[in-house]
Amino acid sequence: MNYHFNFAPILEQWPLLLSGIGLGLLLALVSIAIGSVLGLVVAFASRAPSRWLRSLAFTWISILRNLPILVIVLFLFFGMPQLGLSLDKITSFVVALSLYASAYMAEVFRGGLLSVPQGLVEAGQAIGLTSLRIKRYIVLPIMFRNALPAFGNNFISLFKDTSLAATIAVPELTFYARKINSETFRVIEVWLVASLLYIVCCYAITLVLRAMEKRLVLEKA
Amino acid sequence: MTPIVEVRDLHKRFGELEVLKGIDFTVAEGEVVSIIGASGSGKTTLLRCLNLLEEFHRGDVLIGGEAIGYHLRRGQRVRIGEREVARQRAMTGMVFQAFNLFPHMSALDNVTLGLTKVRGMPRPQAVELADHWLDRVGMLKRRDHRPSQLSGGQQQRVAIARAIAMSPKVMLFDEATSALDPERVGEVLETIRSLAQEGMTMVLVTHEMRFARDVSDKVVFMEDGRIAEQGPPQRLFLNPESPRLQAFLKTSSF
Ligand SMILES: Nc1ncnc2c1ncn2[C@@H]1O[C@H](COP(=O)(O)OP(=O)(O)OP(=O)(O)O)[C@@H](O)[C@H]1O
Ligand SMILES: [Mg+2]
Repeated sequence: MNYHFNFAPILEQWPLLLSGIGLGLLLALVSIAIGSVLGLVVAFASRAPSRWLRSLAFTWISILRNLPILVIVLFLFFGMPQLGLSLDKITSFVVALSLYASAYMAEVFRGGLLSVPQGLVEAGQAIGLTSLRIKRYIVLPIMFRNALPAFGNNFISLFKDTSLAATIAVPELTFYARKINSETFRVIEVWLVASLLYIVCCYAITLVLRAMEKRLVLEKA
Repeated sequence: MTPIVEVRDLHKRFGELEVLKGIDFTVAEGEVVSIIGASGSGKTTLLRCLNLLEEFHRGDVLIGGEAIGYHLRRGQRVRIGEREVARQRAMTGMVFQAFNLFPHMSALDNVTLGLTKVRGMPRPQAVELADHWLDRVGMLKRRDHRPSQLSGGQQQRVAIARAIAMSPKVMLFDEATSALDPERVGEVLETIRSLAQEGMTMVLVTHEMRFARDVSDKVVFMEDGRIAEQGPPQRLFLNPESPRLQAFLKTSSF
């Protein structure tokens, strides 16, 4: 094999590659934020006294968890306009990714809620806290800490899933890599650089989250 | 004088299982009452009814003369609303077997949470009061430690400070020392004893017979959801009347 690597035509395009990575991170951040809020609501609904709410929550989770993310993306982008609701491609992708994230985050938070010992809730009741305050000062803070590692894994998955946005021409990293690929035909180099960028980013996210976990996750008493 | 705690004909069921079958007893101000009895006799359940962690089905519990948990509406017994329940719970202080400190907060914040959020105290005042009680239980030096950085005995002393700082009318202890390493039991019993000597009204569920004998003004012996015998410790421990209590004391260690 005597392939001559030539990275120059790709590295010349670094502003595009960087803006692609930046957009991907932004999409993942916004989606996990919206998905977490939705997921939290769904997690509480899944443990609500009302049977109706509980089944709604479980339906939500099982539908979204059993759909491939690409199908949700394409459905929203190409399907919704037929129903009279057209969103621009970035909004449409964020909605898709947020919905998808909400199901996974709901599961994370459900686990987190279960991990809060009943004795702590009772200790809060015993000093006269109302149930809303018990949620706010005891259950939620402990749940978030316990959920942090799973949250990190989901965030990394979502970040990688942003590469699917290329299919509807959202200009993130994969989209630009494909563009540069077709302009330069340096196939191996393009995808090597793109892969490396994804790996470095994911690794950096992992490091940041580990540092957060170290400070926030509770050791067992 | 109205008793601090008055329990009248208290009944409690878990589904079909009747766990409390008509309990009557009172605790006067400054009195220390120990509840003893075999495992499963209903001691914990009784204590949890006193601060509404359990609902009950018949009878009354009065704290400082106020009937808690229920009121009558058109002759029907109705559970009171959540805010009222919370207010009534704060009339008693509870110390749990497993400490149940909030793991994400320092010892200090464990104590101030109720003061600021329930009593509505400004933070500086809450900290001052919390410091006073942490000092009282010998934990002031570790006020900034998390529960995970404290031994069981230290955690339990913080839990006592957390409960008593709310100035409850009565302190409830559910086997406060059973989860501790043997060498940590003494420090917690000492703390409880000194609070008792200061005139704090208390109800203690305990397996520490010697302690019950030494600190209590009254001992209540429970047997299968009923009070089989109650009275001053000297009489119950030295001259138990019921055969059940005689048998129970034989199997208990002092
Ligand atoms: N949440 C519950 N659901 C159903 N049954 C319960 C519940 N809590 C307690 N019981 C039952 O009620 C009875 C009394 O229990 P309780 O915990 O009050 O006993 P105890 O005297 O405190 O015993 P121990 O000395 O072991 O702590 C037991 O038969 C127990 O199994
Ligand atoms: Mg018990």
